[in-house]
Amino acid sequence: MIDITHLLILGAVMFCISMAGIFINRKNVIILLMSIELMLLSVNLNFVAFSYHLGDLAGQVFVFFILTVAAAEAAIGLAILVVVFRTRQTINVAELDTMKG
Amino acid sequence: MTFIQFLFIFFAVILVAAAMRVITVRNPVHAALYLVLAFFSMACIWLLLEEEFLAIVLVLVYVGAVMVLFLFVVMMLDINIARLRAGFIQYVWVGVGVALLIVVQLYLVFTATSSGLADAAPPVAHGAGYSNTEELGLILYTDYVYPFEIAAAVLLVAIVAAIALTMRRRPDTKHQRPSEQVAVRRADRIRIVKMPAEKKQ
Amino acid sequence: MNVSDDMYSIYLWTVLAPLIGAIAAGLFGRVTGRAGAHWVTIIGVAIATVLSFLAYKHVVMDGAPGFNGTVYVWGIVGDLRLEVGFLIDELSATMMLVVTFVSLMIHIYTIGYMAEDPGYQRFFSYISLFTFAMLMLVMSNNFFQLFFGWEAVGVVSYLLIGFWYQRESAIFANLKAFLVNRVGDFGFLLGIAAVLMYFDSLDYATVFERAPAVLGATIEVLPGSEWSVMTLTCILLFIGAMGKSAQFPLHVWLPDSMEGPTPISALIHAATMVTAGIFMVARMSPLFELSDTALSVVMWIGAITCLFMGLLGLVQNDIKRVIAYSTLSQLGYMTVALGVSAYAAGIFHLGTHAFFKALLFLAAGSVIIAMHHEQDMRKMGGLWKYMPITWVTSVIGTLALVGFPGFSGFFSKDAIIEATHLSDLPGSGVVYLMVLGSVLITSLYSFRLMFLVFHGRERMDEHTREHLHETPAVVTVPLMVLAIPSAIIGWIFVEPVLFGDYFGSAIFVDPDHDVLAKMGAMWPGTMQFFLGGFLHSPFFLMVLGLAIAWYLYIKRPDLPDRLVGRTQIVYDILVRKYGFDELYQFLFAGGAKELGGALWRYGDETIIDGLVVNGSARAVGWFAGVARRIQSGFLYDYAFAMIIGLLVLMSLGLFVYA
Repeated sequence: MIDITHLLILGAVMFCISMAGIFINRKNVIILLMSIELMLLSVNLNFVAFSYHLGDLAGQVFVFFILTVAAAEAAIGLAILVVVFRTRQTINVAELDTMKG
Repeated sequence: MTFIQFLFIFFAVILVAAAMRVITVRNPVHAALYLVLAFFSMACIWLLLEEEFLAIVLVLVYVGAVMVLFLFVVMMLDINIARLRAGFIQYVWVGVGVALLIVVQLYLVFTATSSGLADAAPPVAHGAGYSNTEELGLILYTDYVYPFEIAAAVLLVAIVAAIALTMRRRPDTKHQRPSEQVAVRRADRIRIVKMPAEKKQ
Repeated sequence: MNVSDDMYSIYLWTVLAPLIGAIAAGLFGRVTGRAGAHWVTIIGVAIATVLSFLAYKHVVMDGAPGFNGTVYVWGIVGDLRLEVGFLIDELSATMMLVVTFVSLMIHIYTIGYMAEDPGYQRFFSYISLFTFAMLMLVMSNNFFQLFFGWEAVGVVSYLLIGFWYQRESAIFANLKAFLVNRVGDFGFLLGIAAVLMYFDSLDYATVFERAPAVLGATIEVLPGSEWSVMTLTCILLFIGAMGKSAQFPLHVWLPDSMEGPTPISALIHAATMVTAGIFMVARMSPLFELSDTALSVVMWIGAITCLFMGLLGLVQNDIKRVIAYSTLSQLGYMTVALGVSAYAAGIFHLGTHAFFKALLFLAAGSVIIAMHHEQDMRKMGGLWKYMPITWVTSVIGTLALVGFPGFSGFFSKDAIIEATHLSDLPGSGVVYLMVLGSVLITSLYSFRLMFLVFHGRERMDEHTREHLHETPAVVTVPLMVLAIPSAIIGWIFVEPVLFGDYFGSAIFVDPDHDVLAKMGAMWPGTMQFFLGGFLHSPFFLMVLGLAIAWYLYIKRPDLPDRLVGRTQIVYDILVRKYGFDELYQFLFAGGAKELGGALWRYGDETIIDGLVVNGSARAVGWFAGVARRIQSGFLYDYAFAMIIGLLVLMSLGLFVYA
């Protein structure tokens, strides 16, 4: 059997990789969105791991819904990206700073 | 080490490597493909955990729909790849440092004795006739039917939002406007013109 | 109430009538017009005079018990009751009568004196208001109302000294009077606070009852030095009296107060307000008698004032200033009397002085009117031919002032001198010599004034001389009316006041200090005293003064200037009033201005405006400028902030709240 700690650490590593991805990625908004998908994936792993080890199906149901919402969110995020690209002609995050104080 | 554990480590390594490559490649198309690999590995791990329904759904929905969408967008946007990678080095170490810190802290959380994880009963191994799909279906359409409906509504909202955000109207398309067609009145279409009758005298 | 309602109404209306007159003339002066203003105020004060006389008759002449009760409770703070109340006994009835009578005379006199002044109604309102305030002061039965009256007369004095407010010298004078009074009032307030603290009440009766109990208490004023509470309280109260009654060193305001019109010099700065301090000490006799130190202080201050202020009267050229310094000197006499515990003699001199000094001031005013507002005595002379009534009344007043046997001043002043002689207080011997010396000085300056103004060569210019005539009846009638008591009141009152039971329980004298009793034992009777007066040292000193004045100003009028040349230093010191004005101006006025300026520049502008107000705004602006940079507009920065927050929270959870 797979040890729960291993699964959780795997999830933690995925999460941190995706966080680093958000911070490192200054040039491409698409990579940013992909990092967010990775983050969601690591959370899903967490839920699945607990569901497996505690024998409770509620974790898997939750994963089901996370998948749904993540798909919706990715769709809308990409739509926004497309509109931003149409108006600003760039997807460089470093150039999208009109909301600065 | 059992075979399952070996498989788990194998897939975990691929997963982590793919994730690392997602955030470090230059080309966004490559990044998307590496992400697909990451999803596949994750699906395999879930298979090992006897959650085959979710594994399949992950591949179908995420890889099949979301990643395809990503690829569509990447290819639609005309991106100049060469300009994208300058100045990488300065801030990578800060990001990596913070990420490492968080990993360490999470590890401390997981291995803390107060979490009670170590004393939990070992998971039950199911027999060959165990259907994860059936179990999930049983609980999804009874206990969790309300969230299920709401999830459907969320998807509907997402569709509408995406279309509303990105739709452009082309000025010269011709299309019918049924509401105007129905709202027409006789006076808009017909005009009676009185003319004297012509007859040979 | 232990007295009939009639008397209570009488007391109440005595106080209210002048107040109503003041309000009517003050606020409705335009409605009433000039004549209406003076009628309403004179009627008010006349009512007060009549009612005061009735009160006097009731308490003093008929010997009925006095009234001590609350009229109105103004406020209650915890255990402290702040009330308006009346204490009508022999002392206050006498004061009431003196105050209202002199005020009435002044009101009538003012009709003539201020006839051409545009502020006619305002003046009448003020002097009526003053009468109200002074009555509240003397009729009060508790320290709170006393202080109210005290301050009120100070305020009205300020208003009246600066009556011609467009004159810069008048404004300077009224501010000076008010501020010097303030110094005295500060001591007075501390005294009242001490009374409240140690006696636990502001009511006279309660305080006097508890006085013997407080006698042993001490207070640590400076670390290591214990002072007797009774002494400290009495000295603080006396500081208030020093301010109000213009004793040394708070005397500087009185000569400047001559900037006000002559009627108020007569009313306030001769007869009534300045006597408030004397009255107060007499009223507090149960307290003062318990402290020999305080009595010595009182006596010495009085003696210094008496002698040294008299000397200043010798070198003044303004007719009103001479009389002002004379007032200071006579107040010194009264204070000396209080110091040697001859309270009755002090009050007696207060009464006689009120009459003859008011008379002298009004006579001076009469001269000033006739001379078309010329006040310099060097430009007068030989006026007796032109203004006989003024001259005769002035002679009477002067004779009373110098203590010529038979006149009222003789009885009161000589009583004081005798009392000083008989006193055991340390230093009373020196004080006796000082008051004797002052007799000579008084005579000298008084007759100097008479000779310079009414006799000798006529030194005024031709135009003025042509217009010289006696002043109208509204001016001379008060003079004549005041001359009568100046002449005869001594005869009537000396025995009952000094040796009889005139003041009853109003004044308390410790048997060890009772000089008046000793004097009474030796009293040969009024007639004998009068005849003996011609053989006593004060009489010789007075005649000496008269002779010197006659010699210097009638026989050899060129001598004074040559004498001045010979004694230039002494003369300079006297003309500069011992330098007190310069000292106070430099030290206190200048010091206060410097302090105010420093506080303004440093405290207000630099610290409050610059540091606190603008500084806090600048700090906020600076901080906002720094904090603004957090909003970079970059998505990854915001995400990073969230990650850092997460890191912090996890660290907290792991290491702090483990």
